[in-house]
Amino acid sequence: MRQSHRLAAGGVVDRSRTLGFSFDGAAYEGHPGDTLASALLANGVHLIGRSFKYHRPRGIVTAGADEPNALVQLARGARTEPNTRATQQELYEGLSAESQNRWPSLSFDLGALNDVFSPLFPAGFYYKTFMWPPGPRWWLKYEHLIRRAAGLGRAPREPDPDYYQHRFAHCDVLVIGGGPAGLAAAQVAARCGARVMLCDENAAFGGSLRGDATPIDGAPGTSWVDARIGELGANGDVTLLPRTTAFGYYDQNLIGLVERVADHLPEPPPFTPRQRLWHVRAGVVVLASGALERGIAYAGNDLPGTMLAGAARVYVTRYGVKPGTRAVIFANNDSAYDAAMRLHEAGIAIAAIADARPEAALSGEYPQRARAAGMPILPGGAIVAAHGRLRVAGVDLAPLGGGAARRVDCDLVCVSGGWNPAVHLYSQSRGKLRYDDALATFVPDASPQAIVAAGAANGKSDLSAVLTDGHAAGLAAAARAGFAARTAQSAPVAAVVSTGALQALWSVPSRRSAKCFVDWQNDVTVADIALAAREGYRSVEHLKRYTTLGMGTDQGKTANIVGLALLAAELGVSIPQVGTTTFRPPYTPVTMGTLAGHEVGANLEPTRYSAMHDWHVEHGARMLNAGLWKRPHSYPRPGESEDDAANREAKNVRSNVGVVDVSTLGKIELQGRDVAEFLNRVYINRWDTLAVGRCRYGVMLRDDGMVFDDGTTSRFAESHYVMTTTTLNAVNVMQHLEYLLQVEWPELQVFATSVTEQWAAAALSGPMAREVLAGLVSIDVSNAAFPFLAVGECELIAGAARIPARLFRMSYSGELAYEIHVPVTHGRAMWEAVIAAGAPFGIMPYGTEAMSTLRIEKGHVVVGPEADGRTTADDLGLGKLVSPAKACIGKPLLARPALTAPERWQLVGLTAIDGTIPRGGKLVADPEQAAPIPMQGHVSSWCWSPNLGASIGLALLARGRARHGETLWAVSPLADARVKVRVGPPCFIDPEGERLRV
Amino acid sequence: MRYSIFSLARNAATHHENWPLAWRSPEPKPAYDAIVVGGGGHGLATAYYLAKEHGISNVAVLEKGWLGGGNTGRNTTIVRSNYHLDPNEHFYEFSLKLWESLSQELNFNVMYSARGVLNLVHSPVDMDAALRRGNAMRLNGIDAEFLSRDEIAAWIPALDTSPSARFPILGGLLQPRGGTVRHDAVAWGYARAADARGVDIIQNCEVTGIRIENGAIAGVDTTRGSIATRKLGIAVAGNSSRLAAMAGIRLPIESHVLQAMVSEPIKPVLDTVVSSGAVHFYISQSDKGELVMGGDLDFYNSYAQRGNLPALEHVVAGCLALFPSFGRLRQLRSWGGIMDMTMDGSPIIAKLPVGGLTMTGGWCYGGFKATPASGWLHAYTMARGEPHPLNAAFTLERFAEGRMIDEKGAGPKPGAH
Amino acid sequence: MLLIPCPWCGARNQIEFTYGGDATLKRPPPDAPQEAWYEFVYLRDNPCGPHDELWLHSAGCRRWFKVRRDTRTHDILASARPDQALPGGPT
Repeated sequence: MRQSHRLAAGGVVDRSRTLGFSFDGAAYEGHPGDTLASALLANGVHLIGRSFKYHRPRGIVTAGADEPNALVQLARGARTEPNTRATQQELYEGLSAESQNRWPSLSFDLGALNDVFSPLFPAGFYYKTFMWPPGPRWWLKYEHLIRRAAGLGRAPREPDPDYYQHRFAHCDVLVIGGGPAGLAAAQVAARCGARVMLCDENAAFGGSLRGDATPIDGAPGTSWVDARIGELGANGDVTLLPRTTAFGYYDQNLIGLVERVADHLPEPPPFTPRQRLWHVRAGVVVLASGALERGIAYAGNDLPGTMLAGAARVYVTRYGVKPGTRAVIFANNDSAYDAAMRLHEAGIAIAAIADARPEAALSGEYPQRARAAGMPILPGGAIVAAHGRLRVAGVDLAPLGGGAARRVDCDLVCVSGGWNPAVHLYSQSRGKLRYDDALATFVPDASPQAIVAAGAANGKSDLSAVLTDGHAAGLAAAARAGFAARTAQSAPVAAVVSTGALQALWSVPSRRSAKCFVDWQNDVTVADIALAAREGYRSVEHLKRYTTLGMGTDQGKTANIVGLALLAAELGVSIPQVGTTTFRPPYTPVTMGTLAGHEVGANLEPTRYSAMHDWHVEHGARMLNAGLWKRPHSYPRPGESEDDAANREAKNVRSNVGVVDVSTLGKIELQGRDVAEFLNRVYINRWDTLAVGRCRYGVMLRDDGMVFDDGTTSRFAESHYVMTTTTLNAVNVMQHLEYLLQVEWPELQVFATSVTEQWAAAALSGPMAREVLAGLVSIDVSNAAFPFLAVGECELIAGAARIPARLFRMSYSGELAYEIHVPVTHGRAMWEAVIAAGAPFGIMPYGTEAMSTLRIEKGHVVVGPEADGRTTADDLGLGKLVSPAKACIGKPLLARPALTAPERWQLVGLTAIDGTIPRGGKLVADPEQAAPIPMQGHVSSWCWSPNLGASIGLALLARGRARHGETLWAVSPLADARVKVRVGPPCFIDPEGERLRV
Repeated sequence: MRYSIFSLARNAATHHENWPLAWRSPEPKPAYDAIVVGGGGHGLATAYYLAKEHGISNVAVLEKGWLGGGNTGRNTTIVRSNYHLDPNEHFYEFSLKLWESLSQELNFNVMYSARGVLNLVHSPVDMDAALRRGNAMRLNGIDAEFLSRDEIAAWIPALDTSPSARFPILGGLLQPRGGTVRHDAVAWGYARAADARGVDIIQNCEVTGIRIENGAIAGVDTTRGSIATRKLGIAVAGNSSRLAAMAGIRLPIESHVLQAMVSEPIKPVLDTVVSSGAVHFYISQSDKGELVMGGDLDFYNSYAQRGNLPALEHVVAGCLALFPSFGRLRQLRSWGGIMDMTMDGSPIIAKLPVGGLTMTGGWCYGGFKATPASGWLHAYTMARGEPHPLNAAFTLERFAEGRMIDEKGAGPKPGAH
Repeated sequence: MLLIPCPWCGARNQIEFTYGGDATLKRPPPDAPQEAWYEFVYLRDNPCGPHDELWLHSAGCRRWFKVRRDTRTHDILASARPDQALPGGPT
């Protein structure tokens, strides 16, 4: 029979349309407005999953975010999602879900053997065994089996096809929760003129009022909700966010919200994100997050068909579903009677109401109504055991103090142990909680952040009090945000319901072999808590970690308070003395894609491109990542490997001419009266002697004396300098200079501006470089007019165009070379002009690989491989550059004994005697000896030198400079390689630098 | 009572009602031969080894909260010895060897899972550095292998090894004996074993002052009274500066928040520990099925044990860059710890300039994996009054002498390590 | 998320800023003894509580400034330009 348990009328579902869905392959129907859970219940389906450890059959317990059991694998393919709470998943046409953690099927799960052997698997059993046989191999074998049994759903195997958005928003008042308190608060705050944001985790606002006709201000509750939403929705200063959960409270009132934009659809519509993460900076937060019901632990309280009383009420009133036909209620407070009345009105037989409280406590309005309706009530009674296999079939009722039990048949058990305000976000805000004896739970006390709790979240139980409290909170929040009410605002009114007191009851005594569940998902029982206390795991944090109470996907929402109350009883202390575990974000689990937002795929980090990028790609360059930049590694010709291309390019530079894109280098304009003095302080060498129209190589140290960065700085005019840095450190150097100028030496008149991205740059290198350049620039580039280390401004001739340019005669390759810098928009034109001018001379573009080969041949150190943050200038052979005539950053600590010790590793060159120097090789004297083999140094850079026809490298070697001529072994055990190498000076070609100066 | 499948079965027959206390909660005595401040893994291990290796069992461990409640309970459980510089390599390898037999040593299953630790490389420069490090490991007799991209793709199908990734994977350095250990078990295992040897573990006892007479330790003041001792070992990484200040000592340390998170539990999907330098990220899957992950610091001083969203968002973005199919999984819990970040990224396990005072701290990212070796060597230093060769380099004085042990080469910028 | 009060631009989200560490350090004169340089470069108070620290508005005005922030609660107590004093403190 279709939807055997659907009520003919009532609730928010739209019975005029039917939605088809499947669960574990069986086809069912539901209606728009259903959740998967309500639709399953409407079809009489109660067995939804198997518990984590014991694989016991489990059913739906709640109607919301606190669901511990009804977790399903939703959908298929790339959109499959494990551990989806059926109680929150909105039903859509074609929804397909499967139960989890069971094999071969939900009704016959071999994992249930764990339940049979459960005495061997109490809390923490795995700490006490699996230690034999000894050795890591054995634990890996055990672990293999344990891992397969653990976990719940399955991860998708394909990339997520959906995308996720981030938004930032500000508001004066953020109201979290759109139930009666939240709506009252939002309404009055908006009327006071505040910008209000109102979010609710459900598809529609109303909270506990959804499907509930209880009168407010004389009209049915549902109409009151509609009117509030109507007024708020029409207010341009109000943002309504349904399907939105506030999950995290961060510093200075920043709240993280997740908006489930498209989770109620099979897939997002085009151009729509699946979910949105809101970063909301709120002036004041009103926390109207409601309260979560807790249960009472008794033997067998986990059979499908057992749910919290409030949840049963919701299924009837909101979804128009009968969760059963014959119910037993077990409670310690009045709210369960309200639930009983709704069930009764829906045609569910109430077989018994066991109330832990004595008769005298049952004077409230709801118990009276229940009595008047003829429901059998057992004061001082409790469920002592439940019976059934895949569904509850009956319970044993008995007096709490002891006495004969009698069996009552039923197919539905509704339990209520009381309500816990949802204080999670309050606590995350560093708010303090206090224990309320009357409610037997923790309620908000005070917070250092701008947050106020309202309604059930603030410990109010009755609708009238909730509305008044919400209204007051809204007024207070608006006032605190600077929007005091200008006219009188009266709170919404509902009838006051007289209520009897709650009597705390956490568990019912049972046989020692019975299982009374506290945490359903992780199978934590009352006995486990006693065991933890017995063994000394007595803090609430130890309890949680030892038993795993509260560590499931439901984060212990129904379990934590019961657990800590039981612990308190075991220890003989009060519940506030035990306290709660730390509340941490997220309030409910948040999809990882939502947290990542746009920063996925290519957008993980920005990609930086040179102005000549397209030219490189068009001409066959193999591009690689250099930090965030894309740079050409080499330009392989058809049939050529990258290594061959790099060798060809490097050889060509030394025999003809080549050009390389060096746009990525950091460039900093330094202008002002005191630049030379500033340079003197930041570089090791002297700069007050640098003439206009000249450049100089400089090395910067960190304050601890280690080499930080190197580059060249040029002087274009009296007070105008341009500094270059390495690509890697462009940002760091800029930050360093700004810090020094703004914080340390504000008396220096220097203006620093980063212009890395404003200039495109190319280095033209090789014996023919001058020939290429001569026709290309507007100035005289003869050796006399533009000697080595000259700089100047000029124009670059590119066809009919004249491009303003800066020319620097400096050389990284060791050949005659010039760097040409042009404004970035002219980069490609400059490059093409250089290539055209160089064609008659055999110009080839070269990439970073050839550039590296050339600089290794010349022994130039690079930040990273040689200047690795642990080397001094002297280690790198640059000690002579440290000017004795002046101070500089880093100099004072250079005098530390270990930094001048003779056994320090120093820069040397290596030439392979036989074979190829291995990558990442270490230098040892005897590779045959047994480990540990002392390492005397390592290979920092290496290449095949086409210009020398040899495998060469640079290395850092203990006392290196005194060991030229020695042979050593360069070894790489990872590559099973060992090569004899000869140690020598780091410069392999033209050590006198004659080629530079032609 | 010894833990084993037999005692488990015997106790099952009596409904587990006869298990003894794992550790006592004694009142503090007026004096002890040695006091360890800090009831995390390092402090408890120190006390255990004082008793076991040096016969000093008249020891108190003073813990301001609940034992194991600090960084020991907050880390991402990774253990490895894949460092580059000799002092670190020798130290962490010593620690890894202790991990290998720790369950049997303590009679408490710490679940040392030698599932491998794989460091991905994404650029030629990364590759060179990884090869140098791996070669140093091998020359020191420590296991290391270099895996090609294809080998990695075959082993970890969920990883994006395609060339179109933002930072394509070129290969990775694997330490097969690296892996994970159950962090809570370490604190509880050492606590139970130390307690069994007579160590008093005093919880909810915060040290408020250190008493020094004639330049030597005389005792401590605590929230539970004054206690005298001549040997005081500080093992409170995260809070080392605060304790050292009580002895008038400033340290080269900044305390930073490091966040971490777990996903909901899922069936096995990742069989090893993966880290990446390019996206600053590390991940493994716990035996419960949760993906455990972390990345960079928040990058500001903090003692709050919590951080803010941007750092977490970057961690998750890093995760999805490597594992695009994890996008629909959900973050279940996030938290923060307090890290002692030092000026060279390496720890301080040494005597401090007050007679009888030692510390083990400055652990940066390396604290959890260091636990057994830190405890062992700190106990040695406390008992003998001199460091052991394995911790001789990790002095406070190394900074003044220029003997920094700087794996990353980042210099005196704590947040950069 | 930290809301950092740039003295020029006003309170902005932490993602616009770069942290610079302890703001109370005084760079010694270049010829000061080693001890002074060692302390400046390496030793830190690292307080649990109000901490005077430097921040750079790297995605904004690119000015460095000082903030007093409580490292235990992350409450931001004050901010000042480099040449100004935070309340009750030296410049």
